[in-house]
Amino acid sequence: MSQPFRLNKEGLINRNKKLSFTFNGKKLFGYEGDTIASALIANGIHLVGRSFKYHRPRGFFGAGVEEPNAKLQVEFNGHSEPNVNATEMELVEGLSATSQNCWPSVNFDIGAINNFLKMFFPAGFYYKTFMWPKSFWYKIYEPFIRKAAGLGVASIEKDKERYEHKFEYCDLLVTGSGPSGLASAYAAAKNGAKVILAEDKPRFGGTLLTDDVSIDNLSGKDWAEKIITELKSMPNVTVKNRSQVFGYYDHNMLVMFERVSDHLEKKSKFTPRQRLWYIRAKETILSTGSIERPIVFGNNDTPGIFLSAAAKEYMKVYGVLVGKKPLIFTNNDSAYETALEFKKNNVEPIILDTREEHSSELIDEAKSKGIDIRFSHGVIVANGYKKVKSAKIGKLNKDKNSFEKIETVDCDCICVSGFWTPSVHLASQSGNKLKYEEKIDAFIPDKKKQHETSVGAANGSFTLEESLKHGFENGSNLSAKITETKTEISIPNVNEKKYGAHDKFWCMPLPKNENPKRFVDFQNDVSVSDIEIALREGYRSIEHVKRYTTLGMATDQGRTSNLNGLQLVSNIENKIVPEVGHTTFRPPFTPITIGTIVGREVGMEYMPTRKTPMHEWHEKNNAVFVDAGAWKRPRYYKLGSETLFEASKREAKNVRENVGICDVTTLGKIDIKGPDAAEFLNRVYTNAWMKLPVGKARYGLMLREDGIVMDDGTTTRISENHYHMTTTTAQAANVLSHLEYYLQIVWPELNVNVVSTTEQWAGAAIAGPKSRDMLSKLYPDLDVSNEALPFMGYKEAEFFGVPSRIFRISFSGELAYEINVKSDHGMFMWEKMMEVGKDFGNQPYGTEALSTLRIEMGHVAGPELDGRTIPSDVSLNGLVSKKKDFIGKNSLGREAFNVESRQKIVGLIPIDRKSSIPEGSHIVQDQNAKLPNPKLGHVSSSCWSVENNNPFSLAIMKDGKNMIGKKFFAVSPLKNKSIEVEVISSHYVDPEGKRVRS
Amino acid sequence: MLYIKCPYCGLRAQKEFSYGGDATVKRPNINEEVSSEDWDNFVYMRKSPRGKHIELWQHIAGCRQWIKVQRDTATHEIFQTAKVTEEIR
Ligand SMILES: [Zn+2]
Repeated sequence: MSQPFRLNKEGLINRNKKLSFTFNGKKLFGYEGDTIASALIANGIHLVGRSFKYHRPRGFFGAGVEEPNAKLQVEFNGHSEPNVNATEMELVEGLSATSQNCWPSVNFDIGAINNFLKMFFPAGFYYKTFMWPKSFWYKIYEPFIRKAAGLGVASIEKDKERYEHKFEYCDLLVTGSGPSGLASAYAAAKNGAKVILAEDKPRFGGTLLTDDVSIDNLSGKDWAEKIITELKSMPNVTVKNRSQVFGYYDHNMLVMFERVSDHLEKKSKFTPRQRLWYIRAKETILSTGSIERPIVFGNNDTPGIFLSAAAKEYMKVYGVLVGKKPLIFTNNDSAYETALEFKKNNVEPIILDTREEHSSELIDEAKSKGIDIRFSHGVIVANGYKKVKSAKIGKLNKDKNSFEKIETVDCDCICVSGFWTPSVHLASQSGNKLKYEEKIDAFIPDKKKQHETSVGAANGSFTLEESLKHGFENGSNLSAKITETKTEISIPNVNEKKYGAHDKFWCMPLPKNENPKRFVDFQNDVSVSDIEIALREGYRSIEHVKRYTTLGMATDQGRTSNLNGLQLVSNIENKIVPEVGHTTFRPPFTPITIGTIVGREVGMEYMPTRKTPMHEWHEKNNAVFVDAGAWKRPRYYKLGSETLFEASKREAKNVRENVGICDVTTLGKIDIKGPDAAEFLNRVYTNAWMKLPVGKARYGLMLREDGIVMDDGTTTRISENHYHMTTTTAQAANVLSHLEYYLQIVWPELNVNVVSTTEQWAGAAIAGPKSRDMLSKLYPDLDVSNEALPFMGYKEAEFFGVPSRIFRISFSGELAYEINVKSDHGMFMWEKMMEVGKDFGNQPYGTEALSTLRIEMGHVAGPELDGRTIPSDVSLNGLVSKKKDFIGKNSLGREAFNVESRQKIVGLIPIDRKSSIPEGSHIVQDQNAKLPNPKLGHVSSSCWSVENNNPFSLAIMKDGKNMIGKKFFAVSPLKNKSIEVEVISSHYVDPEGKRVRS
Repeated sequence: MLYIKCPYCGLRAQKEFSYGGDATVKRPNINEEVSSEDWDNFVYMRKSPRGKHIELWQHIAGCRQWIKVQRDTATHEIFQTAKVTEEIR
């Protein structure tokens, strides 16, 4: 297969390796080293997409990151990715690309109604309605079409690729490997600095690859290669291609997106697709170069219209002609290099130069080569729908607002250059307020806010000599400050062409009675008239104009449109550009994949999974797990075809009747030691702690300073100056930080140390009337009688040869014990308990049964201690000492906490004794009252009371204690339920607490 | 992501720390009478300055020490960090 626009020799591609690919189903060939764009252009294909708003035919405009149009849906390596920039994505064997935002195909002509209907009826008859009436277009059809066509299509398949995150630190990060970047990196490397050099493209060198220059008698390309080779050999330098630094964040942290393996045909299993680098750099060199800007003219979005530097890059890097009858339309000298390159490849260009006839090194060279140059000329409008066929060109009058002569010339491409815009995105992101540089009609970095230095074209220096000098100097000086070493480097001799002054001209006028669209922003379809309308309608701030017109808001961030947009606003407003100001640049500079942002934190790796030492046993015994923070806890153990409800009822009932064991390892455990430990606990908890004897546990309640309950749990005095605190699973981390806060900041005079021991101990609760019998079998040598080990007692004893701690505490309200052994012995303990427990009807129980047990006992937990309740709200005021001070005490006196109608915990049972009350239900007087129905309280916890065999709930209710005996409705709009309930005491089972003491 | 110098561990990424609010607030002494106004000021009233602010951070994924950080709330510039027992002025 021939590639009609491929040159025979030129370019940096590998002609020995042919690659096949498809575009919109058509099989094509390119070469290794091509981008999708260069391969398509080589095949003479320019129409690749339809524009976002008007669905106009669009082709390639640039050759890299600046590309606004050529976003394709690309399938390769078994996945499909939307919005791929065709000018950046490297060609790989077997790749398949399709156009986006078009239906049924990019070639389809929207005017051909018959064809339209014929092709679309089966797909969806809605589409035909979009054709008329015309007035419906903007309000009804267009939004629908946007949705229907949109841009690309995100895959709904799971992304099988691997993405990684990497953290890196360096002395100097250099972003861009053009001449100034190479020079900076080289100078810093020679000073011994740790350097990272990042290049967005696959090839290093930037403009050195395309400009006709020499450095120390080497071509630009060869010099770049020499420097890169040397940098790669240095141990203190990391050189990365295919890596875009896209964000500049606080404290000199930059984020880089590396395309690791999309260009590889084969990769090993663990090679990531892309990698996100978090780079903390002491200094940053921003050598991001500049982007050519267009001159605006009629139908300037027609396929076949390119930036002139892009046309040159296609020739010099990819060996591809963007056309064989080029028009070069320019206001400056740089486009002459493109013209000369065409000429070198035996293509005859015509140059239209908006400047009056004058002389410069490049103009003279073009003249001497016989190139047709027309001064004071410009393109008025491009002709051709899917591809440029000809152009109406005009000779401008002196004021450049009308034409002296208009004619039409044939052409198959137009290469446009409206001078250069420094890429200041990263500098702006770093906080640098930019300044307007009149000389180049663009913004450049001003005073630095972070450790960032812009060099070369990014700083507005457009000559090679200046860029290299800047690069070497800054690279050397910045790194010398860090390494305290300075290696002298001689700045090389440079041979480059001298450019004359550019023309401050950026938008072609239109002849009378002609009104073709003149696009400023291609990707968002913003034309000159859109901006004019916005200004006519009163928008003034450039930020508002941007949002109203969507100028510069597309994924290309207005790289080719911003400056022209500003110029347009400033002209209409009769202001100078710096007065109009510029819009804010925000990361990311280029679109990056969601996969890269997420990295490895997907699925099971989303957060760490905490498993108790007994986890494997639970798994083997059909436990159904529930997440408790990062912990996995058995919710219930499924027997046969049991449901959650059936299983939890069985487990809870067995605790009430026999004995059950529960894995309580996840409870927070904090070891507290020191001579002032008792005093500390006395301040932390609301109740008294000074007189707790060694070998005894106590239930404690801790508040925040605002009087709200923070957590509860038992703390045991292990020895004179040693306590073992337990917290709820959910609050474990917060409580530790809370304790550390008071010990380190508020009361540093207290001699106390705290440390988390949650993971050091495995815990199992043994609960039920037969638990003492079971315990005596577990500890045959220990006196476990009520006298020897009373409620809230504590003992240390050997558990079949391993040390253990026995706490007689209860969450279930039954006679119960909690055994702790070292984590390593957890499984041993659990299996022994299951073995010994057989004789007593022991069954394991999960969190659902645990909840049932504590709810019907009226024990509060997370749903009641929800950050809004004070001790008296949840019937725990008995634990609040009147005699001593403690954290939060002063807040308890607040008026609102003490009014009669203050919320209180109550119990609820349904009148029918059958209907379960959904948690979160609101308690109301009248279920049919007009909305908003006054809410008297809410249902915090619900269970099926196994003791009474009917539903029971805990609720927090206004003036709750005085509501006992009254009837209300618990309504849950969420579940669409309304249940009549009676208010009863929150202690539904064993209100005197006899069982725990039995 | 901020880069915070823990006085015990050195420069560490923000993700190792958790924020702890205004460091200049002093808790009324325990076991001493305090007026409602003073107590309310301690519990609730905070300034939200634009600019320099001395605040507490805890190095939770490191040494677990609470530290003082003087930070510009608008620019995130960190001027100084110190142990809680030290003064920042
Ligand atoms: Zn630390």
